[in-house]
Amino acid sequence: MDAGMIRFLLRRIGQFIITFLAASFLLFAVTEFSPGTVASKILGPYAVSSQVDLLTEKLHLGDPLLVRYLRWLGIVAGVVENPLGDPTIGLGLSDPRGNRYVGNFGYSLMLKEPVVDVVGERIGYTVLLTLLAILVIIPVSLAAGVAAGVNPGRPVDRILSMGAVILTSLPEFVVAVALLLVGVVWLGILPGTSPMTQGGRWPLSLQLVLPVGVLVIASASYVLRIVRASVADTMRKPYVRTALLKGLKRRDIILHHVLRNAMIPPITVILLQINWLLTGVVVVESIFAYPGVGSLLLQAALFGDIYLVQALTLLALIVAVGTQLIGDLCYLALDPKIKLG
Amino acid sequence: MRTILRRFSPSPSALIGVALIVAWGLVALLAPLIAPYDPSAIDFAAAADPHPSLAHWLGTDSSGRDILSRLIWGARTTFTVVPLAVVSAFAAGILLGVPAGYFGGWFDALVSRLSDVILAFPALIIYIILITALGPSLLNIIIAVTLAYAPGVSRIARGITLALREQDYVAAAQARGESSLYIMFAEILPNARGPLIVDLCLRAGYTVILTGTLGFLGLGLPPPTPDWGGMVVESAHLLPIAWHMAVFPCVAIASLVIGCNLLADGLRKEGLT
Repeated sequence: MDAGMIRFLLRRIGQFIITFLAASFLLFAVTEFSPGTVASKILGPYAVSSQVDLLTEKLHLGDPLLVRYLRWLGIVAGVVENPLGDPTIGLGLSDPRGNRYVGNFGYSLMLKEPVVDVVGERIGYTVLLTLLAILVIIPVSLAAGVAAGVNPGRPVDRILSMGAVILTSLPEFVVAVALLLVGVVWLGILPGTSPMTQGGRWPLSLQLVLPVGVLVIASASYVLRIVRASVADTMRKPYVRTALLKGLKRRDIILHHVLRNAMIPPITVILLQINWLLTGVVVVESIFAYPGVGSLLLQAALFGDIYLVQALTLLALIVAVGTQLIGDLCYLALDPKIKLG
Repeated sequence: MRTILRRFSPSPSALIGVALIVAWGLVALLAPLIAPYDPSAIDFAAAADPHPSLAHWLGTDSSGRDILSRLIWGARTTFTVVPLAVVSAFAAGILLGVPAGYFGGWFDALVSRLSDVILAFPALIIYIILITALGPSLLNIIIAVTLAYAPGVSRIARGITLALREQDYVAAAQARGESSLYIMFAEILPNARGPLIVDLCLRAGYTVILTGTLGFLGLGLPPPTPDWGGMVVESAHLLPIAWHMAVFPCVAIASLVIGCNLLADGLRKEGLT
């Protein structure tokens, strides 16, 4: 790795941190902008004014927004104590880890438990769902995209491209209704909800089929369109025509010349697609009562559980910004023509 | 309008797209004339047999409200929210992106960094946080869509402006002593309209998906406003006994989004510039 590459890498990581900090400030500002709402969200609608005053004083809610943001960062980073666990406030919130540790996002107001525990219990389910979806999306969209792209204008291309336009147009919940109708109502071979509990009528693997299916249908068609465009574009390149005129086998040209060059744009798109999947995960988990963090985010937002919303949104931000960074690096590693500047 | 029509007339997919959008637009416009029932009229006698019949062509929902009438009035809801939100997002995006590309410098840096920050959030999360914080109303949905889409629009507008800034006609206008405002919005913007119109169609489609999804998640316009996404969530649990309640609104949303995307696809292929 040469000096230019290292400098580029450091600058991208610097940008990553700045974007992340600015986004976290925006998030904090939206969720905790008015001190009054913070107190009423924590205490609920029937709080006595003396309670509100005590809480405002303990949490220093009267401080300017920027000061409160920096203190919040300090609590998350494990530098500052979280005052919410103080027994004199009388909320009955306590954390076995104490009031100061790295990753302290406070307490879920909805579940009366530390946010870390609530998220920890559910994150695995969402990771499983997303990974399974990606594992299906990549081969399916690559195979179909290449099949369409190497035959531009032929029936196979027209059918796949048209199908992809229609499928990208469908909201996740419409796809879900369609799959529920076929798999649950007509065929009766799949469960309508996926609470991931064992020992019931449906094994865990069958509970995963519909949530993964909806994510795949909603996302694969978009990746397919990008792969198709990139492959069709590469097929028109002079070196492909030269190889054809030279009498090389079409199969070999596609395998050795086209695919390698055509795969660079789709890789970034697949990584950016993870950002899209996060949106889909919220909808899909809510539809199928799947116990992941996506449905939790929606419940937390509807409840006004500000600390849980903050933690889950930061998590989504890390994934979204992180995959962008990885996408840039992949691009760099795959395409020697890209100049560093 | 006629020249635009002539431009994409060879593309069948664009024509189908226009037909779908215009059809739903007419339905929305004529809702009071063509809806057979009051969309909010509850009729428990009809709910006893909610399936499609001669009296209720698409059946009724579980409170006996006529589904066809709710779909027709739901089109009016969609055609109010989506155009207002998309136009507002494009106005904001163009007003930020064109000057950013034209002037460059600190303004460009500021707009670009702010866009990066907002684009870092998954879009649905922006809506969920804003709508739960502000409450579901027409104005708040417009604000949320504008905030989420303006950065993307401004990025496109900035990119095109950056390329067009070097054109001869811009140099000519500068030599004539035209104001920067005139050059940006009378010389550059009309020439940047092609990619922006394609993007507008795509984003209109996404916004239909979005308003449907918000309604589905319980964050849409409050009842009794007929809302396609809301109609699906109210009846999804009844799929095994009355599939029609959820399926018809799904078909309505899907057909409108497909219309927007086909139009965008057709325009892009025609290379409208």
